[in-house]
Amino acid sequence: MKNPRILMCPADHYGIEYEINPWMSRARGAAPDRARQQWRDLHDTLVKLGVQIELMTPQPGLPDLVFTANAGLVFGKRFFSSRFTHPERQRETPHFDAWFAAHGFSVERLPEGVYFEGAGDALFCGPILFAGYRIRSHAAGHLHLGNALQRMVLPVELIDKRFYHLDTCFCPLSPDEAIYFPGAFDAYGRTVLQKHIPKLIEVVEKEAERFACNAVVVGKKVVVNAGSDQLAADLQQAGYECLSVELDEFIKAGGSAKCLTLRLDGEDAAVW
Amino acid sequence: MAKTKSFVEEIELQGHIIDSLLLPKVLDEILTRGGTYVIKEIKLGKRQVDPSFTRIEIKADSHAQLDDILHAVHDHGALPTDQKDCAYELADMDDAFPERFYSTTNYRTQVRLGGDWIDVDDQEMDCGIVLEVPSPLTPLPEGEGKQMRARCLPMVHVKKGDPIVVGHQGVRVMPAETAARTSLFEFMSSAVSSEKPKGVTVREIATTMKRTKAAGEKILAVLGPAVVHTGGVEHICELIRLGYLDVLFAGNALATHDIEQAIFGTSLGVWLDRGLPAEEGHEHHLRAINTIRRVGGIESAIKKGVLKSGIMFECVQHKIPYVLAGSIRDDGPLPEVITDTLVAQDVMREKVKGVGFCLMIATMLHSIATGNLLPAVVKVACVDINPATVTKLADRGSQQTVGVVTDAEPFLRALVAELKS
Repeated sequence: MKNPRILMCPADHYGIEYEINPWMSRARGAAPDRARQQWRDLHDTLVKLGVQIELMTPQPGLPDLVFTANAGLVFGKRFFSSRFTHPERQRETPHFDAWFAAHGFSVERLPEGVYFEGAGDALFCGPILFAGYRIRSHAAGHLHLGNALQRMVLPVELIDKRFYHLDTCFCPLSPDEAIYFPGAFDAYGRTVLQKHIPKLIEVVEKEAERFACNAVVVGKKVVVNAGSDQLAADLQQAGYECLSVELDEFIKAGGSAKCLTLRLDGEDAAVW
Repeated sequence: MAKTKSFVEEIELQGHIIDSLLLPKVLDEILTRGGTYVIKEIKLGKRQVDPSFTRIEIKADSHAQLDDILHAVHDHGALPTDQKDCAYELADMDDAFPERFYSTTNYRTQVRLGGDWIDVDDQEMDCGIVLEVPSPLTPLPEGEGKQMRARCLPMVHVKKGDPIVVGHQGVRVMPAETAARTSLFEFMSSAVSSEKPKGVTVREIATTMKRTKAAGEKILAVLGPAVVHTGGVEHICELIRLGYLDVLFAGNALATHDIEQAIFGTSLGVWLDRGLPAEEGHEHHLRAINTIRRVGGIESAIKKGVLKSGIMFECVQHKIPYVLAGSIRDDGPLPEVITDTLVAQDVMREKVKGVGFCLMIATMLHSIATGNLLPAVVKVACVDINPATVTKLADRGSQQTVGVVTDAEPFLRALVAELKS
């Protein structure tokens, strides 16, 4: 079996330089050395799991380039580039697009005026692409994506600003299994998830707030921020092993393990 | 009375809108914000990966409510349908439309100008639409449309240079069910039948007339001479005195026989009290016309004490406007009869403004002519001994008509009794 491939971007220029979600506080800031160490720990953990890491060159003035999950959506050799809501992050797009173009992907864009924040808001569970909308991405963009992919795309509304991307409150583990924090979704969204995913593991609010759902899944290993004890126990019951990495410096920016990675060869949970 | 939701916009939603529950969610949003919807089109994906598509018409009570709904559903991926302003050409000659003119119906119609939908005034079937735009040759800027006007224009009134709507782009017709007062007459779902309980029908017509009067709208009566022949004059006079008749359309015959009765006591030479023909009675109607012509007209005859009763007398006494439109077979005619058909049409057009209910009794051609001028929102009751009259009216586009197959006088007697109860 081929090694999983994941795109990361070193945290050399990471910091809290603006505030575009409820987690960010310039006053509090991030500790650069500690952040770089935490990023390195995540990197090394993934390498130990057999992941082949691709690295982007960090860019000064683009502190969030480290969150590669938001670059776009990878589907085979097609890369659907994000249209970021905030101008601060729109500047990242040329760098992501250049990387994907240089690495054999066809770079595709959604129509003008439609916001879409990549794998942050679009996650395959089985053959279905679940897509978060309202806070960062538009439902119309997801519906457009469904046409482009010829796949079923089910937009689900996110109603809690703390969980502004789908990957902060939902993480597919396998084609029929996922973890989620129900409070981040409206009743329609919860119904859609419950109807289409046979096994759903609920994450408690206390751990969801520590980004327990923002996990990287490699086979039966789930890499999450430290302190997700309840989830670790639940995952063990379900046959998974939870690997904790301290990532609190990135939680200050509203991201964790999953946000720092972008799977290039399709998530384990995706059936294409 | 059902409230009309006048502010309308169409949206499209496509994708996996069933499995994602986006369609029920959008519909819920519309309803919870006080709007209503009509699903105009829906195509369901056949396989799981196939997207579905729907086109939904949203209706609201105000512009602000509509905006609120559109804003809410937009967040769920619903987009306004791709719409364009209506197209128009300048009339290249008087008295005729450009070749591709849009031909109107009697249903409420809107045209899109500068991105806004505006109502077409003076709604009438078989007309064109003329725009009142500041500079016909420059496109309207977005948002400017609300200040513009559009109205139905009969062919004979076209003037060279008039901006006339062409094609169907940017024109929408409100389906009948969206028109005002849909709740009325609903029980009479089949247009005409001789086998319906007349009492119920008459009661409903009386109720509608009371509501129309209460709403400050006018009641129009279109009457044929059989109203007089059957002895219905006094009932019409009573309707006028009770305030249930605001405008009268008729021909030379109704007025002539009404005056004949007032002067001679006969209608077409038959004594109305005895039902027997009067001696030399066949001359009565012509003598009546002659008398009126000799004194210079109906009003003059009343002033001089020649005419002292009847429908025309009551109309003048109560200042009820009437239009007597002529026909080729008219005797006389009476001086008030308008013999130029196009002039008569225009006067009738003017008088139907503000009419909320129309009662047509015992006249086929005047009923059809009036039906042609009335917008579909005006409910019509057509009373005739011949079912074909009502059928013809409906077949010519006046589908808002409810028919009552009965003789004129018994109907009117029951109606007056019902209105007084």
